[in-house]
Amino acid sequence: MEGTIPLSNFLILAALLFSLGVFGVLVRRNALVVFMCVELMLNASNLTFLAFARDQGVDVGHIPALFVIAVAAAEAAIGLAIIIAVFRSRGTVNVDDLRTMRL
Amino acid sequence: MIYLFYALSVLTVISAAVVIASRSPMYSAMALVATFFFLAGIYAMLVAHTIAILQVLVYAGAIMVLFLFVIMLLSLQEAPRTTRIRPHHVVGALTAAGLFFVLVVAISRLQPGTSTELPATFGTIGSLGAQLYTQWLLPFEAVSLLLLVAMVGAVVVAKSRV
Repeated sequence: MEGTIPLSNFLILAALLFSLGVFGVLVRRNALVVFMCVELMLNASNLTFLAFARDQGVDVGHIPALFVIAVAAAEAAIGLAIIIAVFRSRGTVNVDDLRTMRL
Repeated sequence: MIYLFYALSVLTVISAAVVIASRSPMYSAMALVATFFFLAGIYAMLVAHTIAILQVLVYAGAIMVLFLFVIMLLSLQEAPRTTRIRPHHVVGALTAAGLFFVLVVAISRLQPGTSTELPATFGTIGSLGAQLYTQWLLPFEAVSLLLLVAMVGAVVVAKSRV
């Protein structure tokens, strides 16, 4: 196949996306945006799975990606429900204001 | 081919940066939808058509609609406009840059695979389904149970009184 893109390109893109997600989780104070950054990190891991599957020529690597998508859906449902519950009791989703369990 | 990849990667990274940088959660969500679409394009370039379609359906469709509902439900105000750099910004940037550096070093030591010949059924729904229902049956059922528990749990947690 002509013009095949090397594996490292995909991996570096995935690393960049994952680092951006980590940066967002650490920097943003809005719980919803923190959550979106977690989704970014999940997608970066998915990209790694698919890149290695393409590189090795076996599509068994697509199965974990499938599971990641399914688990992300479950995680989004639970996480957003928790955010709604927190907003209802505290009136804020700023993670700096939620310090009850902090020492 | 390679130019398409670069275009999609640049667009992905830009929209991911917009997710983090925008002050309104609504703009973040919209940029995240764009990120998922560009990533679906990259998945398709990796001959993962099935996953690309699922990405658009589940991520850009279902999960992001859930996000938008919650954003509108909470009617959040925008983050205050600050150009001041706070300590946690520096710590976050250093951590992310360090992580990226470590990952790039690890990637640069990687030996590329030998086989580039793909079987004809690579990444098709038939191939993935056959594996999912034989070799991965137990994890598949576990995920279905997880989704059920998540559904019930989300209703219980988010409801004001059960």
